Amino acid sequence: MNPTENKSSCANEIDASLRVPLLALFGGAALWLVVGLVLGLIAGIKFHAPEFLSACPLLTYGRVAPAANDAILYGFCIPAALGVMLWIFARLSQMPLALPLVPVVAANLWHLGVLVGLGGILLGESTGHPWLEFPRAAAVLLFAAFMLIAVSAAATFGWRKERTLYPSHWFMFAALLWFPWIYSTANLFLNSNKVPRGVVQSIIGWWFANNLVFVWLALVGVGIAFYLLPKIAGRALANSGYAQFAFLTLILFGTWCGVPVGAPVPAWLPALSSAAAALTIVPLLAILIITIKTVCGACVSCKGGPFCFVKFGMMSFILSGILYISAACPQYSRVLEFTWFGVAQTQLQLLGFAAMILFGAIYELLPQVMGKPLPFPKFAKAHFFITMIGVLLFVVPLLIAGVEQGMKLHSGAAFADANAVALKFLRVSTTGQLLVLLGALLFAANLLVMAIQWKLGVIKCVIAYIKSPLEASETPATTEVKS
Amino acid sequence: MRTGICIFMAAFIALGASWCGFVLAPMLQLGGAKQTVILQSADNWPQQRTGEATLGLQVYRAYGCAACHTEQVRQTGAAFEVTLTSLGTQKAADFKDFIKSLMVVPDLATSSNSIVGSLDKWNGELPKTLYSGDDGDVASALADHLKPVGVKTETRIIATGPDIARGWGSRQSVAADYLYDAPVQLGSLRAGPDLANIGVRAPDANWQWQHLYAPKSTTPNSTMPSFKFLFEVRAVGAAPSPDALKLAGAFAPAAGFEVVPKPEAKELAAYLLSLKANVPLYEAPFTPVTLAK
Repeated sequence: MNPTENKSSCANEIDASLRVPLLALFGGAALWLVVGLVLGLIAGIKFHAPEFLSACPLLTYGRVAPAANDAILYGFCIPAALGVMLWIFARLSQMPLALPLVPVVAANLWHLGVLVGLGGILLGESTGHPWLEFPRAAAVLLFAAFMLIAVSAAATFGWRKERTLYPSHWFMFAALLWFPWIYSTANLFLNSNKVPRGVVQSIIGWWFANNLVFVWLALVGVGIAFYLLPKIAGRALANSGYAQFAFLTLILFGTWCGVPVGAPVPAWLPALSSAAAALTIVPLLAILIITIKTVCGACVSCKGGPFCFVKFGMMSFILSGILYISAACPQYSRVLEFTWFGVAQTQLQLLGFAAMILFGAIYELLPQVMGKPLPFPKFAKAHFFITMIGVLLFVVPLLIAGVEQGMKLHSGAAFADANAVALKFLRVSTTGQLLVLLGALLFAANLLVMAIQWKLGVIKCVIAYIKSPLEASETPATTEVKS
Repeated sequence: MRTGICIFMAAFIALGASWCGFVLAPMLQLGGAKQTVILQSADNWPQQRTGEATLGLQVYRAYGCAACHTEQVRQTGAAFEVTLTSLGTQKAADFKDFIKSLMVVPDLATSSNSIVGSLDKWNGELPKTLYSGDDGDVASALADHLKPVGVKTETRIIATGPDIARGWGSRQSVAADYLYDAPVQLGSLRAGPDLANIGVRAPDANWQWQHLYAPKSTTPNSTMPSFKFLFEVRAVGAAPSPDALKLAGAFAPAAGFEVVPKPEAKELAAYLLSLKANVPLYEAPFTPVTLAK
């Protein structure tokens, strides 16, 4: 049950098999992250200066804001999470990645899908359902790409040499099943020619959004953290009995959250959802206990290292979970619904939790996979502190804005007053957005320089190969790329 | 959790259960929903949108208006009012005594003080509010007991809550209101006001155009970006266009020019004007003000 595998010659082989797929997944993800944060910043500025870019029909707030969210979730979080999952599956299986070419194709398909999707939203082809805005063409590409990566991951899992399963396995294996199911359901119902009547659309939309943004990200993020924290700390995962309990309760209760309390739907739906949200406290507490017991007392000096990223990510997860649950409580919901509170919770889940854990994992695995240190190790450290401050500056003012706006609206104040209260806080949160973007640029710099260095290395190798006499002409260059 | 099959089964059962609950069950319950009947009326609700408004819903979707505007009104409760409209053959003093004698009825006992108290200084003026409160049982019991005496009363149901008080609607939004929307865009953030009843609040197309062209010209403290690209500024031809916007001051175009809406602006405004959820339904009853007089 300890992920500190014995370092053998096998480890090098595993890392080599992952090099190309991971570069393909992470490289595009880093670009989409920057694109998403820039779009988010444009959306944010529109609240300070409504006429900013208002002459451009492509960049209305209603197009830019969902495009920013989708670029961060579909462009960054999902492909980066898939890359980290492939690495962890290969490491835990003690064998090289199965079908290594499949994820490379899939990564390119995925990024093409995100490009089509974002273009679609900006051109006005959004479906109009939150978190499912990508038009049909993009959805098909994303689904196909995910299935291909899932096949490769499942094959690595099925052919594993180390047969014992580790807690991370449960979370990640479930995540592989989760996404195709929810994404196909949501698209078949909401993105087809014959959509269901009336509010059924919204209900399916909430089910999908909850299962993607809350449950899927939780499965992946917690799975990664349960692998990385013990590995870096050099000790076993504490209370791994709790881990099974946390996993089962998370997938049992977490899946039923998401329907807003006062929604105009039959009353049993929000009632069930609120009850499930209250029960979701249980897995959150279990995960909190496991994390604290694993982290506390670990003699890891982490000044901005991967350990810090993952620790901060888990802290954000617990906080965002508590905020999510409190917003589902009928008393609080009456005040908090329709305010910036929900936006803040989502951003904390996306940037504070999922993205932070993925940054940490990528900084940890990339030097190992590439076989050389990061080009700018200081950037990685700066990235941690800048992003941590950025996320807090982004999210905390929005939370306060949400509560104040909600209290004003609930007390029956005029709408303009409530709006004016929120605007003060938006000023601060835009600064936070700017910092998060700065951090993402540092991250992208590290990643892209590494990818370019590797590509240059490959080209040099190929040239040397061609120049070397005789036997070179028989071997195609692609085998060189893979090795 | 020893094998992959175990994990697969656990995940399959958990997600499958919620799929049945939140996808299948709502489809079975609401997937075949039909129009409902408006209370105290022979008309059906909702009506299918007509051409321009149908296209306008797609304009609303394409520009992502739902990112800032909700289309749902919340209601926290209901108030009830019993009003005496005619005494018939009764005299005011006799009626007072009768009401006092009624207060022994168990249903009314809890509110007896307020009902009797309200009649203390009453000198027979009509209409007279006999009960006003949030207990529907008291209101209906009072109305029932007054009916056989020969006086006429009217019972009103009034939806309450901050949204209603702000004038955003006369009742809460219910599932039936969205029967013909595709996509349904309920919205989750109120960076702008709720639009569930914007067609009732601002029923003039020219106002809607003007607001889209220059939000501050109609609402000075608005934070909405302008949608000028939905309009055309052109030289006035032989005769001014009947659709030209009535802009004043800093917002008006240069002399000799006029601002006319492009088809998209007309469609969007037609959609906004079609947003009216102001009829009483079985699941969201209220008494329209016009009937209560």
